[in-house]
Amino acid sequence: MDFRHILNSKKTLLSVILGVFFTLTTCKTFAIQGENGTTEAKNAEQEAFNPTTAILEHIGDSHYWHVGGETSIPLPVILFTDKGMEMFSASEFHHGTEAHQGKYYTYKLVEDKIRVVNAGGEVDKEASKHIYDFSITKNVVALWIAGIILLIIFFSVAAAYRKRAGKAPKGLQSFIEPVIMFVRDEIARPNIGYRYERYMPILLTIFFFIWVNNLLGLIPLFPGGANVTGNILMTFVLSFIVMLVVNFSANKYYWKHIFMPPVPVWLYPIMIPVELIGVISRPFALMIRLYANISAGHIIVLSLIALIFIFKSMWVSLVSVPFVLFMDVLELLVAFLQAFIFTMLTALFIGTAVEEHHH
Amino acid sequence: MEELFEGLLNDHLGFVFWAAVAFVLLLILLAKFAWKPIMAAISERERSIEDALLKAEAAKEEMARLTNENEQLLKQARAERDLILNEARKIKDQIVGEAKAQANAEGARMIEQARIEINSQKAVALADVKNQVASLSVEIAEKLLRKQLADQQAQDAMVADLLKEVSVK
Amino acid sequence: MTGSIAALGAGLAVIGAGIGIGQVGGKAMEGIARQPEASNKIQTAMIIAAALIEGVALFGVVVALLGK
Repeated sequence: MDFRHILNSKKTLLSVILGVFFTLTTCKTFAIQGENGTTEAKNAEQEAFNPTTAILEHIGDSHYWHVGGETSIPLPVILFTDKGMEMFSASEFHHGTEAHQGKYYTYKLVEDKIRVVNAGGEVDKEASKHIYDFSITKNVVALWIAGIILLIIFFSVAAAYRKRAGKAPKGLQSFIEPVIMFVRDEIARPNIGYRYERYMPILLTIFFFIWVNNLLGLIPLFPGGANVTGNILMTFVLSFIVMLVVNFSANKYYWKHIFMPPVPVWLYPIMIPVELIGVISRPFALMIRLYANISAGHIIVLSLIALIFIFKSMWVSLVSVPFVLFMDVLELLVAFLQAFIFTMLTALFIGTAVEEHHH
Repeated sequence: MEELFEGLLNDHLGFVFWAAVAFVLLLILLAKFAWKPIMAAISERERSIEDALLKAEAAKEEMARLTNENEQLLKQARAERDLILNEARKIKDQIVGEAKAQANAEGARMIEQARIEINSQKAVALADVKNQVASLSVEIAEKLLRKQLADQQAQDAMVADLLKEVSVK
Repeated sequence: MTGSIAALGAGLAVIGAGIGIGQVGGKAMEGIARQPEASNKIQTAMIIAAALIEGVALFGVVVALLGK
């Protein structure tokens, strides 16, 4: 976990990092301002700036990707209805102001969710239950971007290993290798034991997937800025996969511990449900932890920025921008830490599932 | 609470689907084309480094063993040299001692011989002197006797004296 | 009104976690001060323990926010 040498190698690096963060913070301010601007344009000028909606809009998913200023990229909408599939661009909604007449129903964006409306423009709740939203949303695109970044990084690193077989690592390879070694020696080996090699791919993928997504979430500019790992659905998918891996790799001792715990028989009616709840609750805790940590970080940063708009004074930025800077640096640490903890606990659960012992 | 879960599946099943697809795809691709070669390369390199270290250790041990052997040999040679030198010194001493003893004995023998020679010469000389003294004494005594016993009277007195002496006895 | 109560609940949950994680961190530091050579193991164990406590606290926060 010792990457400090990267940071204190040069003093200039520090100023570069600070500069980058200041730039990014400014971008965040513009982003909120832009969002605020469109709201104002839409609702005339009487409606006051509402920090809660602005922040929730920022950390939530969307059918648009707001790039900056007034520009946002409309993303494709894919709907599975009971009558068939529909596909159109989100630009048809005109930021939720207009309904789109599809092949089977008429759709409208209500709080960035797609709802069926009837001829009168009212939301048809019954019909809305028949449509399933499989749109390529902002988070899906961000997910793809993160995936592509991961593939590029690790394919090039793998190529470097193939090309420089048996030699010392170089460049990107020498940055990635200590992290891989860290996952192997600090996470996998001590928690899983000698069978760790089988689980290295899933642990490494989870670790780098969460880390890269956390870091991308910290960048407010276009390729980043989505809140992928701070989305409870994403963390649900991750922890569900972890749960499957843990339970499918479990040996008989693990199941014996659940269904025949070493307690008197009359306690079984209590113990077995408790143990079964444990099977679910541990991945559930993983899900909540990652989601809450990352979302909380985003919310704090956005709240600090929102202070500027709440007080409607430029001078507040003198206070809030340094705080945002501090939070961003802290979030860098949290980005790594949460990836580490998620992977660590996954390894721990796998370790308890494959452990061979007799209580 | 209820409206929180309303339309949950309709709105979010899609994202769950896409996220699962993306993650599983990523997992498969990375596992096959990245983690496998990377882990293999790392463990291969680790093994080769370990091998090299072991070899270096072995070489060091071999070196130490050779040095030790050399030292042993050197020590042995030194001891042998000392032994040879000691022996040579002993032989030298012996030879010198022997020579000295021989010389001494020769000297003593020669001295003894000289002494014997001297003694015999002395005896011869003494006998010669004795003879000469005897003949001289006889001559002197003859002359004396002749002179003393020139007259008869003196002869008679003398005979008388001698007789007296004999009778007394 | 329920919003404020929910915020209070979240705050209470955070107090518990704060005390808990404070204890974990403090004891870990004591441990490291006593045995600096074991600091790696202590750190790992500390992070896991802190994460577990934090998990419980986050349950509290999420439930408080959902109950709003």
